[in-house]
Amino acid sequence: MRIDCPYCGLRDASEFFYQGDAERVRPAVGEADAEKWLAYVYERDNPKGPLKEFWLHLHGCRQVLVVERNTATHEMLSVAPARDVILARNAAAKGGS
Amino acid sequence: MARNGRRLAAGGRIDRVKRLTFHFDNKRFVGHPGDTLASALLANGVHLVGRSFKYHRPRGIVSAGVEEPNALVTLRTGGRQEPNCPAPVTELYDGLVSRSQNAWPSPRFDAMGINDFFKPFLSAGFYYKTFMGPTRKSWMFFEPFIRKAAGLGAAASKADPDRYEKVNAFCDVLIVGGGPAGLAAAVAAGRAGARVVLAEQDFELGGWLLREPIGSPADHWLGAARAELAQLPNVRVMTRTTVFGAYDGGTFGLLERVADHKKVPDEGEPRQRYVVLRATRAVIAAGAVERPIPFGDNDRPGVMLAGAVRAYLNRHAVVAGRRMVLFTCHDGAYPTAFDMKAAGAAVTIVDARKGPTPAMKAAGELGLEVIAGHALAETRGKTRVRAAVVAPFDIDKETCDSGWREIPCDLVAVSGGYDPQVHLATQRGGRKAVWAPALGCLVPGGEPDVQIHAGAMKGTFGTPECIAEGFAAGRRAAGEVGAKGAAGDLPVPDGLPASGIAEGFKPVFDVKPPAALRERKRFIDQQNDVSASDVKLAHREGYVSVEHLKRYTTLGMATEQGKLANVVALAQMAKLRGLDISAVGTTGYRPPYTPVPLGAIAAHESDHHVRPVRVTPFHDWNEKIGTVFLDTGLWKRPWYYPMKGETINEAYRREAKAVRETVGMVDVSTLGKIDVQGPDAPEFLNRVYVNGWKSLEVGKARYGIMLREDGYVFDDGTTTRISEHHYFMTTTTAEAAKVMMHLEWLLQAAWPELKVHVTSVTDQWGGVAIAGPNARALLKDAIPSIDFSNEAFPFMGYRTGTAEGGIPVRVHRISFSGELAYEVFCGAGHGSALCDLLFEKGKRHGLVLYGVEALGTLRIEKGHVAGGEIDGRTTLEDLGLEKMASKAKPYIGSVLRQRPDMTSPARQRFVGLKAVDPNTRIRPGMILQPHKGPHQGHGLGHVTATTYSPVLGQSIGLGLVAAGLARKGEIVDAVYPLKGDVTAVEIVSPHFFDPEGKRQNG
Repeated sequence: MRIDCPYCGLRDASEFFYQGDAERVRPAVGEADAEKWLAYVYERDNPKGPLKEFWLHLHGCRQVLVVERNTATHEMLSVAPARDVILARNAAAKGGS
Repeated sequence: MARNGRRLAAGGRIDRVKRLTFHFDNKRFVGHPGDTLASALLANGVHLVGRSFKYHRPRGIVSAGVEEPNALVTLRTGGRQEPNCPAPVTELYDGLVSRSQNAWPSPRFDAMGINDFFKPFLSAGFYYKTFMGPTRKSWMFFEPFIRKAAGLGAAASKADPDRYEKVNAFCDVLIVGGGPAGLAAAVAAGRAGARVVLAEQDFELGGWLLREPIGSPADHWLGAARAELAQLPNVRVMTRTTVFGAYDGGTFGLLERVADHKKVPDEGEPRQRYVVLRATRAVIAAGAVERPIPFGDNDRPGVMLAGAVRAYLNRHAVVAGRRMVLFTCHDGAYPTAFDMKAAGAAVTIVDARKGPTPAMKAAGELGLEVIAGHALAETRGKTRVRAAVVAPFDIDKETCDSGWREIPCDLVAVSGGYDPQVHLATQRGGRKAVWAPALGCLVPGGEPDVQIHAGAMKGTFGTPECIAEGFAAGRRAAGEVGAKGAAGDLPVPDGLPASGIAEGFKPVFDVKPPAALRERKRFIDQQNDVSASDVKLAHREGYVSVEHLKRYTTLGMATEQGKLANVVALAQMAKLRGLDISAVGTTGYRPPYTPVPLGAIAAHESDHHVRPVRVTPFHDWNEKIGTVFLDTGLWKRPWYYPMKGETINEAYRREAKAVRETVGMVDVSTLGKIDVQGPDAPEFLNRVYVNGWKSLEVGKARYGIMLREDGYVFDDGTTTRISEHHYFMTTTTAEAAKVMMHLEWLLQAAWPELKVHVTSVTDQWGGVAIAGPNARALLKDAIPSIDFSNEAFPFMGYRTGTAEGGIPVRVHRISFSGELAYEVFCGAGHGSALCDLLFEKGKRHGLVLYGVEALGTLRIEKGHVAGGEIDGRTTLEDLGLEKMASKAKPYIGSVLRQRPDMTSPARQRFVGLKAVDPNTRIRPGMILQPHKGPHQGHGLGHVTATTYSPVLGQSIGLGLVAAGLARKGEIVDAVYPLKGDVTAVEIVSPHFFDPEGKRQNG
C-alpha cells in the first residue's frame, strides 16, 4: 500500500503510522457529557468502502494526514493534511451554528 | 534409441559438451548445463525419488515445474542444507548434493512403507480423531512420533553461512512470466519506451515454448523475441525470479534466486534477493499448469503430466519411457504422443471422449493406436508403473464399465486440461477466481488495480492468441504509463501450437473403477496423500465448505499449495453436493505463489541488525569505564558498574547505598525529551497533563501526569519552563515515542488552532542525575557559574550555566531517588567531556557510578511509580495520585476517568510489600493470594517491582492489590507457581524511605 503524502510524495505505507478513524470529532475542550466522550473513544463505524483515516507520516514529515481509503479494495481516494481538514471542519461547524 | 541412459543423441536445450557431476542419495550421476535435477535424474533412469508424506508410498517425478508434488529433495549439506526443493525447478550445477525425503533407509526399501497397509485407518482427519480425542493429552504423547513419521524434510541445524539481500525497486511496467504472452508484452512495452521489468521464474525465457522442439516455428519465434528484448536497454529481464505476491498499490514481492544454481555464491554475492517492486502497471502473464486426472494408483512412479513428458523430451532431450500410455480428454495433450513416437517410443492413446476429433484423426494418420471412449482405470506395478488398466468410460458419470484390459507400459502421461495460474490476480481478495464452463477451469474474476491479464493465466491457451493478447497488453500498459514510442506490430507466424481446448470441452475429474476391480486410492493431492475417498469422507462428515475441506483433509497445503489438486477436489466436492462448480466456490489464494525462504525475507536484518541500537551520548564513556549494559527497548542502558569480582547483587546494593551516603551519578539520557514551543504552550500543557501548568514560572520544573482519552494513566515526567514560550518536557523512556505521536496528533488533528510546535530532542541532549548528600558540593566544583545554594536554586528549580572546560549545561533540581539531586543536561557532543569532568571532580566527594538496577532500588524505596505500575490499566486512584488532578480545568481523560468502576476503592491499587521473613526474597511478577490460601485464579493482585533495600536491610516490593492500602498491615501470600514459591508479605505504605521528602528538599 502506498500513500501520496502532500509534503513528501508517494511513499510506502510502512513509513506511516495508523491513527484511526478521522470521521470522529473530538468533543470540545470542557465538554462534560460522559456519553459524548464514550462515543468518541469507543464507538467506531466499520464500513466496507470509503473511510477517512488519520495516518501520521512517522518516518517522513511527521505530519498527520487524513487519508480516504476504500477498506474493501485499499484504493486511496484522497489525501490531505489533517490540520487543513480539521480547521475547515471547525469553520463549517461554526458557520452552521 | 537413446544414448547415455535415456538421453537422446541430439536436440534439446542442453550443453552436451560440459558435464556436471551431482549426487542423489549418495549415488553419483552426470548431467549437463540446461538440465534440472529432475531431467538429469530421468536421463539417468531414476524415476523413484521419494516416499509420500503419510503412507510412505513410492513416488516419482510428476511434473516439470513448480507444481511438482512428489519430487521434493533436500539440497546441500551443513548450514546450506535446504529441504523441500522441487527437483523439476532445481537447476543442475556441478557438485550438487541431494537427498530424498520421507524415506528411511531409502526410497526403495522404506521402513515406514507399512503405513500403506494401515491406510484404511489413516483417513481424513485421522490425527485429530485419534490423537486429539476428548482430551489433548493423547496428542501431546503421540505428537513427537507422528512428527517423526510424517513431515517433509528437515531444516538445517547449523547457521546459514550465506548472505541474503532485500532491495526496493521501481518500474513503469512489470511483466510477470516469460512465456509467449509475457515476451510479447515486454516487446510492446519495451519498444514504446517504458521502463520494463520482465520476471521469469525459470532460468530460461520461453515458458511453454521451451517444450516445443528445437527448430520448430515456436522455437524460431522465441529466439527472435529474446534477441529483440536483449537489444532494448529499457527492458530488464530477470530470470530465476518469482513474483510471489501482489500487494496493494502496485507493490509486488519478487524472489530472485541469484546463486541457487551455484555450489557456493560468488564472493560478495547474495544467495537470494528479495525485491519489493512498485510498478505503475503490471502485465500478469503467469501461464497455466496442466491438470491431472485421478485414477487408481495414479501416484505410481512413471505416471507424469503429459506436458512434462514433452518438456523433458524437447527441452532436455530425455525420453521418460519406452512404452507410453497417454490418457487425456482434450486435443492439447496429443503433441506429447506425436513427439514421443518420433523419438522412438511405443505410444497408446486412451481418450475419455468418444470423438472423433482433429487430434484423433492426426494420430490415426501417424499410425498411433487411439482407444476412444475409454479411461485409464488403474496402474499396475511396484516402484514403477508396469501396466495401465483401460476400461470403457462414461464421461458424464465418470464411471467405468466392464471389459477392462491391461496395456503394458513403463510411462503414463496424463492430461485433464489446464489450470490458469490466477494467484496474483486474486491474492488481494475482492476479486475471486470464477469458473469458466467453456474452458473447464478457473479464470481471474477481473483485473485489480494496476494489473492487466494476458495469455494462459486468463484461459487463452493457443500460442498465437497468447502472443496477440500479450502484445496488446504490453502496448496498453506502456500507453497508460505515458510511454510515447511506437510499439509497431508483432507478426504471428504460422505453425505455432494451437489451443487444445475446443468448444464443448468436458473436463474429467475422476475415474471410478469398473465393478470387477477392487477400488484403489485415487490421489488428488499427492503431496499430502489426499485421495478421492478422503474428499468423500469429509463430505459425508458434513464438511461442505471448500475452506473446511482443505483444513480437514490437508488438501492443497504444503509446498505446492494444491496447484494440481485444488480444482479436482473442488469439482469432486461439487459433484458430491450435486452443485455446479461455480456454486461451490474456491479457497482463497494467498502469497507466496511458491515458497519463499525466511532468510530472504529477513535479508540483512539478522543478528544484531534485527533492530537498531540506540546509545546515549555517554555510551562510549560508560563502555570505557566498564559498565554492564541492559537492553531496554532499543536502548543500551548502564545496568551496574561491577568492581573487580563483584556480582550484580553486590554491585547494585553498593551503588544504592552510596547514593544515600555520599553521591552517585546515573545516565538518564534515555528519557524522552520534547521541546514544546509557542505562545499557546501553557494552554497546551494544561490540556495534556492532569495538573495545572499556567502558574509555572520561568526557571521552574513541575512533575506532571498524562492520561489517555479513556481516563487511564498514560505517562509521567517533569516539564521545565525554559522561557516564556519554551518548555522542555521529559517522558518515560518506554513511552517517549508514543507521547510524541500523541502530542503531534493533538496539535494537528484536535486543536490545530493552538500555536504550539513540538520537536523531539531526545537524541540532542545527554543527561545525568547527580544524587546524594554530596551532590551540591560536587556540582559547585564542576559548574562554578551556577549558585547551587538552596535559596538561589531551590527544589524543582532550573538554571543554565557553563561547566568547567566550557561545556554549556542545563541543570534541573529534580529527584527520582529521594536524595538531594540534580539532572545535568548537555549537548550530545559534550557527553564524554562532561562525564570526565564530573567523574574527576567527584573523586573527593565519594562519587559512585550507578546503573538502572540501583536506580530501581532507590525509586522502589521511595515508592515512585514507573512502568510496572503505569501499565495502561491503572487509574490515578489506583496509583494514589488522584490528588494531582486539577478540579479547576478540563484535561485529556478528565471526564472518563470519573466513571464509577475506575474510581472504585475495590480496584487493585498501589501498595508497598515487605517480606515478613526479612531473609526471603519477593520475586517480580508474583501473584498475591490470600494468606494460607486458597491460592487460585488471578488472586488479589500482583507484584510489580522488587528489590533488596540496603537501607532497610531486607527484600521489599511494590504491587497492585485489591482495595490497596485499605489492607495496610494485612499479610498476604506472594506466590510463584512456576517455582512453587510462597512468600508471606505484609502490605505497607509504598513510601519506605523518608516519606516526608526531607532529603530531596534539603
